[in-house]
Amino acid sequence: MKRSVKHLVDLIVVLTQKDLKVRYKSSFLGYFWSVANPLAYAFVFYIAFKIVMKIQMENYALFLIAGLFPWQWFSNSVNVNIFCFLNNASIIKKVNFPKSIIPFTLVLQDLIHFLAAVPVIVLFMAIYHKSPSWNWIYGIPILLVIQLILTYGLALFVSTINLFFRDLERLTALGVTLLFYFTPVFYSETMIPAKYHYFIQINPLSTLIISWRNLFLNGQINWMYIAASFVSGLVFLAGGYWVYSKLSWKFAEVL
Amino acid sequence: MSIPAVVFNQVGKSYPQYHHITGGIKNFVFHLPSVLRAVRDSRYVALQDINFSVKQGECLGLIGRNGAGKSTSLGLIAGVLKPTVGQVTVSLRVSPLLELGAGFNPDLTGRENIFLNGVLLGMTRLEVARKVDEIIAFADLGDFIEQPIRVYSSGMVARLGFSVVSGLDPELLLIDEILAVGDMRFQEKCMAKMMGFKQQGVTMILVSHSMGDILKICDRVIWIENHLVKMVGEPRQVVESYLANV
Repeated sequence: MKRSVKHLVDLIVVLTQKDLKVRYKSSFLGYFWSVANPLAYAFVFYIAFKIVMKIQMENYALFLIAGLFPWQWFSNSVNVNIFCFLNNASIIKKVNFPKSIIPFTLVLQDLIHFLAAVPVIVLFMAIYHKSPSWNWIYGIPILLVIQLILTYGLALFVSTINLFFRDLERLTALGVTLLFYFTPVFYSETMIPAKYHYFIQINPLSTLIISWRNLFLNGQINWMYIAASFVSGLVFLAGGYWVYSKLSWKFAEVL
Repeated sequence: MSIPAVVFNQVGKSYPQYHHITGGIKNFVFHLPSVLRAVRDSRYVALQDINFSVKQGECLGLIGRNGAGKSTSLGLIAGVLKPTVGQVTVSLRVSPLLELGAGFNPDLTGRENIFLNGVLLGMTRLEVARKVDEIIAFADLGDFIEQPIRVYSSGMVARLGFSVVSGLDPELLLIDEILAVGDMRFQEKCMAKMMGFKQQGVTMILVSHSMGDILKICDRVIWIENHLVKMVGEPRQVVESYLANV
């Protein structure tokens, strides 16, 4: 392997390891935090929609969890990553290295936290007398890659722009919250009135979250939705990388 | 004769004053015309018409007041900044020294941070693994090496930082004002290491306000004043005129 490639791989490994190590150093609590947040949300939505508003849906708790875990990965990666270049200012100002790997390693870590949380989904499935499907073997890796490139593209974009406009974080947090309600996470896509159905098509997160949930709950794979998410993932990645590559040489000036 | 390590050919560096836009999107949108004008017209000139070259194996000192453009020069050599006009040519692999504690994670142990920092500075993990014992011996932190560095004193963090550098196999070392770390004994050790690098033929560019260090290490000194090269020459002469001027 060429030395530069090897160094790049090592850079990704040490940077990813760094935060994983910090997070899991107090091993139980570290794991607890990566599942506590989506579980807490699931609990709140369960109370609000199942117990109070009496939504007509079987296995609603499981339904919530299957959508909230991947959502948590996405929203965490975007909301936290926005500061990743700012937080590494002292290195970026001195060392010339591919800075784009900083957000990459952060999204990769969130991917690992998400994977580590999959057993919790399995646990809830067991409670509802459901079992994992063989389709997971190829379905999960496909969706992981799609969500990785989509989230990375967006994270690269917001963290780059945030260097120049330091209040972008507020807009991003607002945007992610809005997107959450426009994405079928705590309601199903069949509940959306027909005339608003195009919303699913224009929101790349919809097709992705629906794909995750169908895979977890029924082992079902909708290739149309997967293809749509993949294409939007590529668009996000290309867009994010384009903005980054246009502006990355100014990072040391603006920091 | 070998090619020079670094060449600055009529280099100028200026940048827009970003505080107009880093104020935020709200400000930007509501005052669009005036912000655009401000960003376009108010450029900060950091360096102007700089010409010099550094021979391989030479040790060059950069002196001058705060804000004169010394660190900008190092940034250009490291490749984190691009010149606005002119060319900067660097023919060696650059190892910049980080500010103290930069790139360290407070929750990781000293040993884990050595790997993190070593890879950030351009080593592969295997290379760090080969050097790690040497680095730990140099840092001489005893049992602290296995503890998270948030429990370290600032002097200890500094020692660890310098020790990682001492384990590097540098070609061109950029040093920005960080020789004075740790206690007297460790400072002497650092100085000895730098002299060792020099003897091995490592090219060094040193920014410092400590004229003692400059005189001890450098073969040649450049005095930068008001973003221009004011004087180049033999260390004693340049330092004397600089001190007379201050």
